[in-house]
This record gives sequence, structure tokens and C-alpha cells, in this order.
Amino acid sequence: MNDLASETMTASSKSLGLDFNTPALQRKRRIRAFKDRLARWCVSVGGMAVLGAITLIFFYLAYIVFPMFQGADLEAREPVQPAWLADAGAPLLMAVEEQNEVGMRLDARGQVQFFNAQDMSLMSAVTLPLPAGTQIVSVGRDQPGSNRVAVGLSNGQVMVFEHRYAVTYPNDVRVISPSLAYPFGETPITLDEQGAALDHIAVSLNSGTLMLTGSTGRDLHVLSLGREENMMTGEVTLSEERIALAQIAEPIKELLIDPRHQWLYVINGRATADVFSLRTKELNGRYKLLADGGTEVTHASTLLGGISLMIGDSKGGIQQWFMVRDEDGKQLLKSIRSFQMGNSPITQILPEERRKGFIALDASGQLGVFHSTAHRTLLVQSVSDGAASQIAMSPRADQILVQANGQLQGWTLDNPHPEVSWSSLWSKVWYENYDQPDYIWQSTSANTDAEPKLSLAPLAFGTLKAAFYAMLLAAPLAIAAAIYTAYFMAPAMRGKIKPVIELMEALPTVILGFFAGLFLAPYVEGHLPGIFSLLIFTPVGILLAGFAWSRLPESIRLMVPDGWEAALLIPVILLVGFVSLSMSGHLEVWLFDGNMRAWLSNDLGIPFDQRNALVVGLAMGFAVIPNIYSIAEDAVFSVPKSLTFGSLALGATPWQTLTRVVILTASPGIFSAVMIGMGRAVGETMIVLMATGNTAIMDMNIFEGLRTLAANVAVEMPESAVGGTHYRVLFLSALVLLSFTFVMNTLAELVRQRLRVKYASL
Amino acid sequence: MSVKKNSVKAWFKSGSPWIWMNAGAVSIAVIMTLGLLAVIATRGLGHFWPADIIEADYQVPGQEVRVMAGEVTQIEEIPRARLAASGLPVAAEGGEFMTRELLKVGNRDLYGADFSWVVGEWLSNPRTPETLTAFERREWGNLYGYLLNVKENGQLVAEGDAAWPALQERLERVDELHAQVVRLEKRDIGRINAGLERIRLQTRKLELQGKLDAVAQADLDAERARWDAEYKVLETELNGLYQAFNRDSITVRSVDGREVDVTLGKVVRAYRPNAMSTMGKLQFYGAKLWEFVSDEPREANTEGGIFPAIFGTVMMTLIMAVIVTPFGVIAAIYLREYAKQGPLTRVIRIAVNNLAGVPAIVYGVFGLGFFVYVLGGSIDALFFPEAAPAPTFGTPGLLWASLTLAILAVPVVIVATEEGLARIPRALREGSLALGATKIETLWRVVLPMASPAMMTGLILAVARAAGEVAPLMLVGVVKLAPSLPVDGNYPYLHLDQKIMHLGFHIYDVGFQSPNVEAARPLVYATALLLVLVIAVLNLTAVYLRNRLREKYKALDH
Repeated sequence: MNDLASETMTASSKSLGLDFNTPALQRKRRIRAFKDRLARWCVSVGGMAVLGAITLIFFYLAYIVFPMFQGADLEAREPVQPAWLADAGAPLLMAVEEQNEVGMRLDARGQVQFFNAQDMSLMSAVTLPLPAGTQIVSVGRDQPGSNRVAVGLSNGQVMVFEHRYAVTYPNDVRVISPSLAYPFGETPITLDEQGAALDHIAVSLNSGTLMLTGSTGRDLHVLSLGREENMMTGEVTLSEERIALAQIAEPIKELLIDPRHQWLYVINGRATADVFSLRTKELNGRYKLLADGGTEVTHASTLLGGISLMIGDSKGGIQQWFMVRDEDGKQLLKSIRSFQMGNSPITQILPEERRKGFIALDASGQLGVFHSTAHRTLLVQSVSDGAASQIAMSPRADQILVQANGQLQGWTLDNPHPEVSWSSLWSKVWYENYDQPDYIWQSTSANTDAEPKLSLAPLAFGTLKAAFYAMLLAAPLAIAAAIYTAYFMAPAMRGKIKPVIELMEALPTVILGFFAGLFLAPYVEGHLPGIFSLLIFTPVGILLAGFAWSRLPESIRLMVPDGWEAALLIPVILLVGFVSLSMSGHLEVWLFDGNMRAWLSNDLGIPFDQRNALVVGLAMGFAVIPNIYSIAEDAVFSVPKSLTFGSLALGATPWQTLTRVVILTASPGIFSAVMIGMGRAVGETMIVLMATGNTAIMDMNIFEGLRTLAANVAVEMPESAVGGTHYRVLFLSALVLLSFTFVMNTLAELVRQRLRVKYASL
Repeated sequence: MSVKKNSVKAWFKSGSPWIWMNAGAVSIAVIMTLGLLAVIATRGLGHFWPADIIEADYQVPGQEVRVMAGEVTQIEEIPRARLAASGLPVAAEGGEFMTRELLKVGNRDLYGADFSWVVGEWLSNPRTPETLTAFERREWGNLYGYLLNVKENGQLVAEGDAAWPALQERLERVDELHAQVVRLEKRDIGRINAGLERIRLQTRKLELQGKLDAVAQADLDAERARWDAEYKVLETELNGLYQAFNRDSITVRSVDGREVDVTLGKVVRAYRPNAMSTMGKLQFYGAKLWEFVSDEPREANTEGGIFPAIFGTVMMTLIMAVIVTPFGVIAAIYLREYAKQGPLTRVIRIAVNNLAGVPAIVYGVFGLGFFVYVLGGSIDALFFPEAAPAPTFGTPGLLWASLTLAILAVPVVIVATEEGLARIPRALREGSLALGATKIETLWRVVLPMASPAMMTGLILAVARAAGEVAPLMLVGVVKLAPSLPVDGNYPYLHLDQKIMHLGFHIYDVGFQSPNVEAARPLVYATALLLVLVIAVLNLTAVYLRNRLREKYKALDH
């Protein structure tokens, strides 16, 4: 490199009478050198920045996806031992309200304490208006988020109350004032007319009907209270109905009501669940919950929505059960999945109020954070030495309150994305209300307590299905065309064909998509027999035309030079196409009673969508042909001429030379062309978006639609909440697409590079 | 016989059937491409032709005769069984096929739908009356019927044969008024709104900085009052215009005898295709075509023009080109001229090559996540706190669309430029260096000019790719209807934060999301044709430039 800055010119130039070392020239040289260095610096920095920016894509996508697979994080705050806690009775129930400001605690003496959930200071205490001489013997809570609590009393009565939090903003400061309300009156409701103590109690309110269930010994008491408010007068009328159910054989452990008031689950004995239908008032069945005879059920709870039961046992296991319809339509309680926490008995299971997650506490003071659908154990951590007496979780599932050893401790839980796991994304999941495990993509739902169904499997399947049908059309056509163009075609014709294919490559996919969706789909639907006869008659027509041409007198044949067969075939194919398509109607009348679509769906049982995989295959095949063609053509064309000449000189026919020499040599190139075409077909968005119905189904049927990863991203991305799980799952699908195409393209590129080296050596 | 059999066998053995099959593949590819273009061209261009309006009696068996009028947009033969299956009272006897015609009957306000499928066999007595008129309206689509009279402020002005010339005259006046209204609303009132918004933001900014004292407040109030006063004046003017605009009305009788009053302000044009000569039709065709490329869309994009979409596409592509050229070229120069050649550069080269094959939607996702939310969000927090919580750059818009496309297209430019740089003979560089030029001088004076055809090609290919790409744009800044163009007379003149319309997205949106797909379909074909033309021209220019510049530097190649 020229180093201008420091050098002075050699003396030899001086002898010519030129002085290159005048101050002006030296300064100029310094400036030039400076410019050179500056340019080097600028280009290097700029170049690396650009290259960095485009590799940023990988890292950014991964950065967004990563938090989904992280576990939860639980952080302890300082435990507090407030003075009031020592005077209060043993806790029966604790809760935290929405803003994590107020905690609520019900003690065995019937007092409700509201306290500051941050510093644990007492805000107010209210005593429940219990009848004199009665004690609380059992507590039941309604659905997560309802704040409705029923306490069973020692005289067979039940008191139902709600803890409410009124939010006001005096002087722009949020003030939360807690209170208790008695929507069913302050007088207790009599559940057991004999007046025995209610050992267990369950409560559920569904569209105005309050269902109360209690047990005294082995007897069940079920009371349904209708509450109707007169619109005009505001008068409340209560209607009562008692439901009599059979006695239970073994001691009752837990009562749970399905919030739709269809089932009553009675957990009894060691590990038995008796399921009663509240509609028919009959026993649905008795189920053995735990196979191992040495374990017993220690706690049971429902999840959000009340469909799933979570059964905790004495060995630290938690099982999920729900009602499933079998082949005969009979509903049975089935074990769905199980979790393992430790070895100590599970003492408490608390469902989240917004998601299908739950936390569990065991006798050794370990706290576990789980998610049912994703089958994830997000965290197991010790929160107290020995058993904690009571825990509570905030509605947003970000705060946990623990009372243990006379202390109250707050914990901050960071658990943003529990609903996704590798297995829930890619394998079958048994969702609530489904008869069997399945792959489902359903990112939005009508109600808030629905399970997230984020299985990428149907989308990946749809992607591959679309690519498969596209390649079915494109690969043979493109490769055959490439071979012909590179090997047989006359150069003059080649010069005309290549721009057409280049134009084909340049056509925006949105145009192909719209054409497929608006023109091709209805056309194909109306001309199904024609389309299929095209598949048969085109090759036949070509062969016939070729044979006929070889029979023609030489004088005519010599008028068209070799390598122009393709031009000759254009009218032939047009004719075949025209005949096939205009024959379509007649074929339909003749073979399918005039309606092939109806024939397909009625006689063969094949569902038919207008925008289906056939249309996608045609349109995307069109889009992929030029990609495969140009690379395959390049590979065939650059096979060294010496090879082909050698083969021909030895007496092989052109076709023999092609199949035995040229294609064998060029096969890696053709292979890489197919891979690149595959990559393109997998990532194509607009065509599938417009030419399919975008239904996420897993079915290879060519007459049904599909939903691909790319189209799914295009449809759902604009409406997903930034940073949410759905948003990150969509980023994951983009990352999957990126990695897949990148790997395909890299492989193809490496194959081509090796091939180039091979050609060079030949 | 046996000879012939042998010859078939021999023919198969020679391999020529396979050669013919391969040739057939080429033909199929060519037919598919040209066929697609032909279908789009005929459908797109045919839309503007004023077809005859046919009036005929239509009788569904077992029902009363109805008079129908409309343009025939599609005729197809379908098997009798299929018609019967769709619930029509088709007679069991008769030919295998029946014809089905799609009539554009217009009059959406009367019939509920613009289009109607009819069975050809049930139409009788077709005629093309010369006075049957088509009225193109600003809402409710076309109206087909007979002009009865013209009214001014409810008073009859012309009736019968005199009505037609009177209508023509008044339509011209309405056209002029419409232009004035649009100018007033878009330009003048737009300016006032922009001014008021600026004052609001200024107030908020001062408030946030704690500098909003009485003096500043008074200044701002005065300015606001000035704008308000200006607005008052314009408002009265506008009201006057609207009154004049809606002064006239016409009465039209539809073919089935219902009479409709239409305010002339709602009529774009009225024409009698049945009475038009070929010359007249051509003229009409030209006017419609011009309207298509120069006017704004009407009626949820199903009528009118696509000018904003053309403008948006061009604007976005231009900005993309401005971004992509320097960065792409610098990266290529670095990779080829400055970076140490080795395994690492090889890996980078393969990666860059492959990035060109990564699905476009991935770039869209990246653009939305990184550009819009991360970059845009930071810009908003730093420079536009006064607009919060409304996002300025933290929402999809022109700038982000261009940037996303730039990052999508930069590999194309890099690859093409690198190829160009690699082609330049070593001797030339060494000659330059030997004469004492520095590296950058060699690059700037010798290498880059010679590589310019390659760069140009890369740029044009990048532009062509960007212009046709839609999927990523759906995420980063394209909307179905933008209220204003990204360039206007209000400070800062070029609104990089605005959302834009785009030809490709327009096709998707109108063709698939429109409430009236049938009416919009011809327009979609026309838009598609325009997009194909733009892309084809760009590609051909790339090829032409490449060849021309190659010629120019050919002498240096040896």
C-alpha cells in the first residue's frame, strides 16, 4: 500500500528538475493519506454496521422469544410480625385485592381483618354476625375472582358473604376502602335442618342461582337458592330447592361444585371421588383418584373456569382431572396430567384468577408455581420453615402472602408467560372440554377463562402441506423446463424464454394470491373434472404431438430446427387445455351427475372448500417455478461441455447423455434448486393468505384449506398485545420460519459451492 | 402394422418422448405466465369500457315477470344439475347445460345488491334503449334508469327530452363546485387543523417543561384565536358551497318503475352507453382510465381512483432506495475491498446471500418489534413527550415501512454490488495503485465507476422487490385508507410518521376485505395490472441498464 503520509519522494525525481517535496505537495499528500485512512475507517465501520444490522434480526427475534421459556421468579419481602396478628385467631382464609394494597384474613373466631398488604398494618376488622354460640367449622370459596365466601357453622347453618373493595380517587390519590357485603342476607341460611356441624362447605353462584353444598358426617346437603330481583320495585324474592343425594360410604374430605351447576364432586375416603350430576340428581360414578395405596388425597381445588379438579396427595403429587365424554357420549372423570412438587403432603392449592395456572403449598413449606395446559412446573421454592398456615395470591398472580409461624410475609412473583412450553407448542395437549388430546391453534377466545390453545403444530403442518402441493407442481415442471432450456433448446429461443421466466419471477406474490383467490378458486371449483383431465391429457397430448411430428415428412420437419419443440408445443397445449376445460361440464354431467363437488362430499365424504390446497398448490407452484428453474438451469448449463461431447462421441444419444452424464453431474445443483424452492414455498405469505381459507386444520386433503405460519403471523400480529405471550409465540413462528429457510438456503448454497469447485476441476 | 409398432418402440427408445415432455414443461411455464398476464390485462382494462346496458324481461318459472336492466359482466355455462342443486326451480327436461349470467344491476339503494345472477334461458325480449342512463354516484354505486326531470331547489326545470342537456350542463357546474369543496376541505382546513394541533402540542410541551407562564399562554391563545377566526370564515364559505352543491336534483325512474330522487351533488357522471358511438366510448374510456390513476378512492375503495396508493408506493420505494443504496454499497465495498478475506468473510457472504431468501414476513415481524416498538418508542419518549400517550413514531408508518423494506432489500444490493466489484480486473486496480493513487482514490475513480452497472442493477432489483412486497408492510405501516398523503403543504411537509396506502395492499384489501367484493373485482384487476406494469418496467430497465453500462465499460474489461 502506498504510504504517503511519512514518505518523501526519492531523489531521482529531483534530477529531472521536479521537486515533489515542496511544502504544498507534502501537505497535499498528507491530506490524501488522511482521506484514505478516513475512508478505510468509514467503510469498515459502515460495512460492519450494515452486516451487524442484518444479523440483528436473529438475535432480536430470539431475544423476544426467550422469556417465554424462562421459569417464574419469586422474591421475598421482609416478614412482618404485626401486633394485631397475635390477638387474632387462627387463619381460615386469606386474600389480596386487585391492586395488591389490601389483604383480607378470616379467622376461626369469625372476624375478618383487612390489612395493608405492604406493611401488614391493620386497616379495619369486622366481625361476622354469627348466631350466638356458633363457631365456624368450615370455609368454602366460590370461583377464583368472585370474592364470595361461605362459612359453615356448628349449628348446620351457612353464612355467605363477599369481601368488596371500593376504589375512589379523592385528590387524585387512589384510596381503596374494603368492606363486607351479604348479598344473601345477614341471617345465616339453614343447610342441615338437624342442626349438625357442617364439616365441609362449597358455594357457587351462577346466573342468580346460589348453590350451597355442605356435609355433616356422611350426609350431603345441597340447597339451590334462586334470587330474583323485580326490575320495577327492586324487591328480592328467594326461591329454595333442596336436592337430596345418596349418602357417602366413607368420610368426606372435600366438596367441589362445578360453576355451571352440573356436577358435584365429593372427595372422600382415602382417594375416591363421587361425582353427582346436579341436573339428574344421580351419581355419575365413583372414581379412584390415586393408584398407589399408600397415598391419600390431602387437598383438592378447581382451576379457573371450574372445569378441572386439582387433586393434591400426601406424597407431593398434584393431578388434574376433568369430565370427558367417551365414545358413547357418557361423561366420565378422567386423569389428564400430573405434577410432582416434593415429597411432603400438599396442603393447599390456589388457582390463578386470570389464567389456568395455580400455586401449591406443601407441608414442608415449599411453594410451587404451575401451569396446567402447558404442563409446566415453573418454580418450586421454600417460603417458610415448616408448614405455613395460610397463603393467598393476588388476582394478577404477582403477589403472594404467606402466614407462617405468626408472621406475615409478602412475596413478589414474576411469572409472565407460564402458558407456553415446548411440549404445548409442538405436541398434543388435552384441553378442557375436549374428548381427547389434540393439536389446536386458537389464539383468541370469547371468554376470559378459556384455555390458551397455542399449538404451532397445525400451522407448521399447514405450511408444509402448502409447500408440498406447490412443490408437487413446481419441482417436476421447473426441473424439466430447466433441463430442456439448458440442454436442448436453441440459443435463439433461449434468449426469448429467459426474459419470460424472469418476468414470472418478478411478479409480486400479492398478484398471484389475488388471482388464485378471486379467479382460480371459483374457476377450479366450477371446472374440477376439467382440471383433472388436464393433468392426464396434457402429457398424452404432448407425446402424441411429438410422435406425430416424428411421422411428418422430412421436408416439413426440417422447416423447424432442433431445439424449437417447445414453441411447437404451445399451440398443442393450448388446444389440449381448451378441450379439457370445455369438456369439463360434459364430464361432470356424465360421470358425476352434473355436480362433482357434491359427489366428492356426499359420495366420497371428502370435504371441499373453495379456497383449498389445490389452488394454493397451483398459485404457489407458479411462484416457485422460476426460483427452481433458474438455479437448476444454471447447474445443468454449466456442466462442462467436454463431458457431454465425450459421451456423444462414444455414440450415446442426446437423451442417454442427458440422463447418464449431465443430470448425474448436475444433480447436486438440481437438489439445491429444489431446496431453495422449498424455502421460498415455506415462507410465502400473501399467496396462502389469499388463496386459502386460513383454517388451522391438520388434514392432507387437497380439497381443504390450511393455515401457514407466515399467514398466521400476518393475520394475527397487528392485533396481539406487545410483550404478551401471543406476541412472543408469533415471534417464535417467525424465528422458526427464519431458521428453517436459513438452514435450507445455507445447505443449498454449500452444495452449489462444492459443485462449482467440482466443475472447475473438470 | 408391425413396422409401425416397431417404430413407436424405436421412438420411445430414442428418448425423444422425454425430450418432448421436457419441452412441454417450458411451454407450460410460458403459457402460465403469459396467460396470467393476459387474464389480468383483459379484465383490468375491460373494466373502464362502457358496456351496453341491457333491459330484458326476467321470469323465474312460477313467478311474475320482472323487468331487469344491467351490464352483463360474466356469462357461464353450467350443468343443469348444479343449478337445480342450488335451489332454483329448474325444469328437469332440457339440455344438459344452462347459461348463467352475472348482471350488474346497480341501484343498491333499491335492490340491496349491485349484482344479480340470472339464468339466461329465463331472460326474454332483450333490448338496449338509447335513453337508458347510467348514473355514477358518490355513494350507493351506480344507478341505472330513465331520467325523468331535473329540479332546482325542488322546482322543476326540465322534463322529458330537455332534461338530458340540462343535466349535462348542471353536472359540469357540480363538478366545479366539488373541486372547490375538496380544495377547501383538504388544503385550507387541513392547514388550520395542522396549525391547531401544533399549538396544542406546543402548549403541552411547555407545560411538561414547566415553562408555561402567562405570557406564553397568552401568545398561544392569541395564535389559536387567529386560527379559529380563519376557520370561521372558511366554515361559512364551505357551508355556502355545500348549499350550492346540493341545489339541483334529478328524478330517475328505474326499469321496474320505481322513482328515485337524487341530489346532483351525489352524481359523478351520467352517461348513455347504448347511445354512444365507438369514438364516444373511447373518449369515455380515456376519462375513466385517467380518473383511475389520478383520483382518490370512493365507496370503501371500490370505486374511483387509486392515486394515493400509487403515491404511497412510490414514496415508500423512493425512501427505501435512498436508504438502501449507500448502506448496501458500503457493506459490499467493505466485504470485498477492505475486509480480510478468509473463512469469516465466506460465512458472512453466504449469510448475506441467504438473507435474500428469508421470508419477507420475518422482516415484517422484525420491523414491527424492533423499528416500531423499540426505535419508534424511544424516539417518542425522547423527542415527542408532548404527544403522549398518542404515539408519533411508535406506531407503524412510512418511515418504518421504508426501513423494513430497506433491510429486506439490502442483501440484494450487497450481492449485486459485490459481484460487480469482483468482475473488475485486478490489473486495473494495480495499475491505479502503481501510479501512486491511494486505495480510496482507486476505488472512487476506477473501481466504482466500473462497478456502477452492477450497483444500478442491484438497486433496481431491490426496488422491484420492494415495490411488490406486501406481507411485511401489513405489519409496519400500510393501511386501507389513509386520510391524507404523506407529502402536503403543512410543516414538516414530508410526514414520515404517517401511514400510507400501497398498491399491493390495496389489491389484498379491496379483493379480500371489501364488503362488496363483486363490485370491487374489476378495480382489483386494474390495480394488479398497474402493479405488474410498474414491476415489469423496473425489471426491464434493470436489464437494459445493465446491458448498456456493460457495453460502455466493455473496452476496459480487456
